[in-house]
Amino acid sequence: MSILDLQNVSITFGETVALNQVSLSLQDAEFLVILGPTGAGKTTLLRTIAGLQPADTGHIRIRGEKADHRSPSERDVAMVFQNFSLYPDRTVRQNLAFPLQSPGSTLSAEEIQSRIEWAADILHIKRLLDRPSTQLSGGEMQRVAIGRAIVRRPGIFLFDEPLTNLDAKLRESLRTELIDLQKQLGVPTVYVTHDQTEALSMADRIVVLANGSIRQTGFPSDVYEAPSTPEIAKQLGFPPINLLSARAGEGAWRSQTGDTLVPAHGDFAEATLGIRPENVVTEGGTSPATVRIVEDTGASRILLVDWAGCSIRILASRADNHQPGDTIYPLLNPDRVMVWPVQ
Amino acid sequence: MKLEALRKTFPDGTQAVRAIDLEIPDGSFAVLLGPSGCGKTTTLRMIAGLETPTSGRVVIGGQDVTSRPASERNVGFVFQFYALYPHLRVRDNIGFPLDNEGLKKRDRNDRVCKIAEKLGITQLLDRHPSQLSGGDQQRVSLARAMVRNPDLFLMDEPLGQMDASIRLELRETIRAQQQETRTTTVYVTHDQEEALSLGDVIVVMNNGEIEQVGSPKQIYNDPQTLFVANFVGSPGMNLFEGQISSSQTFECDDLEVSLPQVAHRGPAVLGIRPEAVTTLIDPNQATLPGKVRVSEYYGDHHILHVDTPAGKCVVRTNTARLGGDGICLGFDADRIRIFDPASGRRVA
Repeated sequence: MSILDLQNVSITFGETVALNQVSLSLQDAEFLVILGPTGAGKTTLLRTIAGLQPADTGHIRIRGEKADHRSPSERDVAMVFQNFSLYPDRTVRQNLAFPLQSPGSTLSAEEIQSRIEWAADILHIKRLLDRPSTQLSGGEMQRVAIGRAIVRRPGIFLFDEPLTNLDAKLRESLRTELIDLQKQLGVPTVYVTHDQTEALSMADRIVVLANGSIRQTGFPSDVYEAPSTPEIAKQLGFPPINLLSARAGEGAWRSQTGDTLVPAHGDFAEATLGIRPENVVTEGGTSPATVRIVEDTGASRILLVDWAGCSIRILASRADNHQPGDTIYPLLNPDRVMVWPVQ
Repeated sequence: MKLEALRKTFPDGTQAVRAIDLEIPDGSFAVLLGPSGCGKTTTLRMIAGLETPTSGRVVIGGQDVTSRPASERNVGFVFQFYALYPHLRVRDNIGFPLDNEGLKKRDRNDRVCKIAEKLGITQLLDRHPSQLSGGDQQRVSLARAMVRNPDLFLMDEPLGQMDASIRLELRETIRAQQQETRTTTVYVTHDQEEALSLGDVIVVMNNGEIEQVGSPKQIYNDPQTLFVANFVGSPGMNLFEGQISSSQTFECDDLEVSLPQVAHRGPAVLGIRPEAVTTLIDPNQATLPGKVRVSEYYGDHHILHVDTPAGKCVVRTNTARLGGDGICLGFDADRIRIFDPASGRRVA
């Protein structure tokens, strides 16, 4: 049984269509990532699930039951926001206790303390429990914010770009901690982000959202290796995919300058070819190219190369030693070339 | 550009920068890299003249500029936030720094158009900042800093707020522009990948001090401190705490690694990069058995977080594994680094 179902949910703000016929389902224990740029409708979607934003049309079911008219507190969801919203004049302990002390709560004082200890232990913030929340670093504050979501033991977690405001290094480690936490607790999760690295590395499934509509849904490897459009292809992967406009001629896909891009072509005259930077090698091709920029990122190198009238990126190993100005002969792995016909 | 015993203590007693010495060769691209609060931005602001040092000297082009105001230092500054004048068109925002240079109108216009073309914003020249995307606004701030041919470019996390794809594109623009003009540049970031890919010289800072200065390769391959080893790299270096016995073997719980070349004895930390850890088929060759705890997919590679008897080990690999899988790990001997846990410094 799916935990959460959205059927044809649409929302309009004035002239703007925020969500357009969105349907999705969340399975038990699943980590579902909604990926899209700013303005795609991600946050509206999350707020709709949480009950903070009513849908104009469409339906929401939670564990099989109609939830359209349920208030946020009746939906058994916990949401973590991008901006850590802690009470500044309270300690970490008080902040964690707050969601457990709502008027309708029946938890005993002992149970509340034991849940706080449990959450603090999982999130490595035990030593911070009696500190005022104003004395925390950004990463510690976000841990406490996550703690406030987990103490309630909700049926569904909703995360709205929780790592966006943190340092790169901290983002990386909290990313791993969050996946680990979610797998341990098994709580089904909807996680919203514009960051493709988070989407690929954290998701069980990815939903690609653009302009309020779902464009593709699939496992991370499906969306990465078989994106349905060049726009989706561009959204995933770092360095980003190379997109080349090509025409068929003399048994090959050719660039606008007539150079061979890939031997063999399909049944249409013009196409957009997509090739990921890791599927291009620097030797073995037929048309020469010039290395323009080399970026060494430690574990690998990114070469920016002028080739066949286009600019492409090649992801080379750390053993690569090309320099700007070098001539190379790029070869695309033909099995990994994606082709989108141009009508 | 040279800093001599440069120090900044704030009125509340915070020692933001603790007497650092640094020399940046002419024409190079230097990156100050470190976590929030390490003193990198304060250092940059002292170079710019926006912050007064508590003691020490700032030397630019052979001249002591420590007591000169920012306006007399001929530096171009780009902030994380665009800081454009909302009421001026892009053209006038870019040309603004030229207003006091007594240029003819046509020369001014030429300079503005030339730099706009390089940054690909020619078609935006007559718009107002509010009509631009974040990426385009930052292109305009870069153009404004570059229009003046300063002696020194200072950039404070200029790409911090950008989406990933725009970040890469602007990174390449900044890099290409600097390679062309060879204007000495000091760039601040907390993003180690950005630092390695942009810089000729990387200056790693922590707690107001410089941990290491070196080329990206030196910083990545030969970190001199535990901090650098862990901070640089995505994810950082694996670090195992143990002992080196008299038999030249590193020991840490079930992990035993023979280190014939190492003279260091006693407590030691063994460091190894995630891509230098191999997953082995033959358990007889394995250094370390383990179990995959979390497996992360990145498209072109996978990162495995493995629980081992010696602690957590992160592995970068091209083969997918599932959480819960048993696994055998081996270490590339050439890429083992040894640190002294007491001093935090590299010993082999």
